[in-house]
Amino acid sequence: MDASNVIKNKPHKTQQQKTERRLSVWLMLPSMILLLIFFLTPMILTVVFSLTNLSLTGEAASSLHFIGFQNYLQMFKDPALATSIWNTIVFVLFSAVIGQCFFGFLIAFMMRGKNKTFRRIIGLIIIAAWVTPEVVVGFCWVAFLGDNGTLNMLAHNLLGMKPVAWLYTFPMVSIIIANVWRGTAFSMMVFQTALDDIPQEVEEAAVMDGATRWQLVTRITIPMVKGTIATNIMLVTLQTLGVFSLIYTMTGGGPENATSTLPVFMYKQAFVSYQLGYGTAISLVLLLIGALASLLYMKILKVKI
Amino acid sequence: MKLSKWALALGIFTSVALLAGCGSGSSNSSDGVTTVKVAWRATGKGDSMYRIYSKKWIADFEKKNPKIKISLQPINASEGDYFSKLDLAMKSADTTPDIVNEDTFILPADAKAGYLEPLDSYVAKWSDWDKFTAALKKGSQGSDGKQYGIPGTTDARGIWTDLVVTKKAGLAADWAPKSWADILTAAKKIKQTQPNVIPFAMGVSTTNGESVSMQTFEQLLYGTGETLYNEKTKKWNVNSKGILATLNFINQIYNKDKTGPSLSVVMSSNYGSTIFQDRIPKNQVGMAMDGIWNTGNWSKDGAAPIANMTKVLAFNLMPTEKGQKPGYVTMAGGWSWALPKNSKNKKAAWTVMKAMNTKQLAVTRALQEGTLTVRDDAAKDPEYLKKPFIKEATQALQNAHFRPKNDLYPKVSIAIQQMVESVAAGRKSPSDAAAKYATDVKGIVGDSNTDTQK
Repeated sequence: MDASNVIKNKPHKTQQQKTERRLSVWLMLPSMILLLIFFLTPMILTVVFSLTNLSLTGEAASSLHFIGFQNYLQMFKDPALATSIWNTIVFVLFSAVIGQCFFGFLIAFMMRGKNKTFRRIIGLIIIAAWVTPEVVVGFCWVAFLGDNGTLNMLAHNLLGMKPVAWLYTFPMVSIIIANVWRGTAFSMMVFQTALDDIPQEVEEAAVMDGATRWQLVTRITIPMVKGTIATNIMLVTLQTLGVFSLIYTMTGGGPENATSTLPVFMYKQAFVSYQLGYGTAISLVLLLIGALASLLYMKILKVKI
Repeated sequence: MKLSKWALALGIFTSVALLAGCGSGSSNSSDGVTTVKVAWRATGKGDSMYRIYSKKWIADFEKKNPKIKISLQPINASEGDYFSKLDLAMKSADTTPDIVNEDTFILPADAKAGYLEPLDSYVAKWSDWDKFTAALKKGSQGSDGKQYGIPGTTDARGIWTDLVVTKKAGLAADWAPKSWADILTAAKKIKQTQPNVIPFAMGVSTTNGESVSMQTFEQLLYGTGETLYNEKTKKWNVNSKGILATLNFINQIYNKDKTGPSLSVVMSSNYGSTIFQDRIPKNQVGMAMDGIWNTGNWSKDGAAPIANMTKVLAFNLMPTEKGQKPGYVTMAGGWSWALPKNSKNKKAAWTVMKAMNTKQLAVTRALQEGTLTVRDDAAKDPEYLKKPFIKEATQALQNAHFRPKNDLYPKVSIAIQQMVESVAAGRKSPSDAAAKYATDVKGIVGDSNTDTQK
């Protein structure tokens, strides 16, 4: 392309660019409006409502007014909040960060280079758990862990154990296992794609240099998919922070508050105790924890997303 | 340029369509016919409301009132969720039903919230209104003394006793508890003789909502001679002996004697159907503390029919703690029909409401649901008097207590449920749970509005 051509083309290009820009604005308008209506407005409303006495019934429901930071003060005085935050951290740490990521990686790693049919069948089974709606998964686990459930039947027939009320004796462990069971497929799929992208030559070269299998994994494979691990941990953490139906169907947050994570606590305050304003304030704390966790991961894993 | 014009048109069109889609175009009486939506809490298969307000009844009504159509809109939800769903629906004129079924405990709160239409001017012109039982009319008033509901049913609570089980446990055929200790002794006997039977059942899980506060906690507490709320001093009772005694009884059953249902049964939201529709018909429950309406489950067209119900079961009155006077107590509640203030069809709704509460339908409802009637004339109906256990239930009502008529009660009730659950699940000692309850109640009603009853 010679210089004269470039100069000749220039004004025409800006004209075209202008048109294109205008065009893109118009084409983006519907989605902008959608975002404005369904994203920004509720977000702003949530912040506003968290400062009000918004209630479902009683005197407060008829006289909506601002009460300043009273909801937040009430929240930090409530010992149930500390319990819920602690439960949320335990639940997310064990079911998302440790459970889903670890098992997801393990399965993806073990399925590498295996027979295609084998990969498909196993993958399908694991993904089946993931595509099942949370509520259905909840009910499956309630049935599995129930007094007359499969687990108690097995324990009775094989070990002669008396039936255990698993859901109420080990509530947190039960919901963590259920969530790991459901969510591992997501991590597995993410890791599978990442592992498939590692060029074989790199690993072959390492083997040639005398690397053991363990060294291969820790020094070559994992560092090469570090970015994927970080993205995955973050996605899984945010997903797990919001898990509600699974816990609600399995234990309802009980017994007492043993499995009451922040979403369950929020639901109970908003819709069982009829305090919508208080519920929205709790939801903002949940948002804050999600944001903090994301920042933390980015710092620790030193990756940009 | 041409493309840009298209894009402009497309952009505007989509945006307008989006915005238009957001507004709802619900116009009702376009052809002069008003649809009246009736909402209530439906309880799964064979909900009795369909038999009371049957297709035939609706067709007959619509023939007589060609300008009105009735649409039954059941809300399928657990007891706890029903009220929040209903409140959410009543908040907006676009979603509100035109007639709603309200539990009398939440009626004062919903009235205070401004969801309900005062009915005083309506009932003034209704000749049937004099036929309703006076005490129950009062139970459907708001804390401002206005009438907000038309009573639909009322009830009484006691101890359902399985005579097959008590016989095997060596109890007399006419065994009836005179104190809480009698219940504990009988439960232990049942446990010893029949390991597969649940000796004594009472709801304790927060998932069972209001019933835990009323049928378990208050039913026991009022038997100690104390009340939840002093209507005269307007103070809520906390840190009292009666509360502790009540929690000790629950603790005794669930944790010390282990004569209650297993935690998997009792913590589940299906507790009620498990006990009353599954285990009792199989003679697997010795005693269950619950309401008279369960006869509705066990009648011929109920969810779990029991032949010879009156021979197999007894409805024992709930004794006071130590058998002190008056010997037995019951909590009484009930459901009322109300008109949401946001409804645009109040006139038509009132016409339907009157038709829904005739004497004949009052009898039908009491028979179908197993509840007690709210009309004096229906109570004298020979068909009604043949109802199983009607004598016991009527006797129980003589010592009936009603829940506090206070718009904060629904919130206090949540604190009660948490207290009861924490004790039954063995997570808190009775005294710790009572202390936590005192803190919770003070937070809800304010420090100065609590008191300790002696």
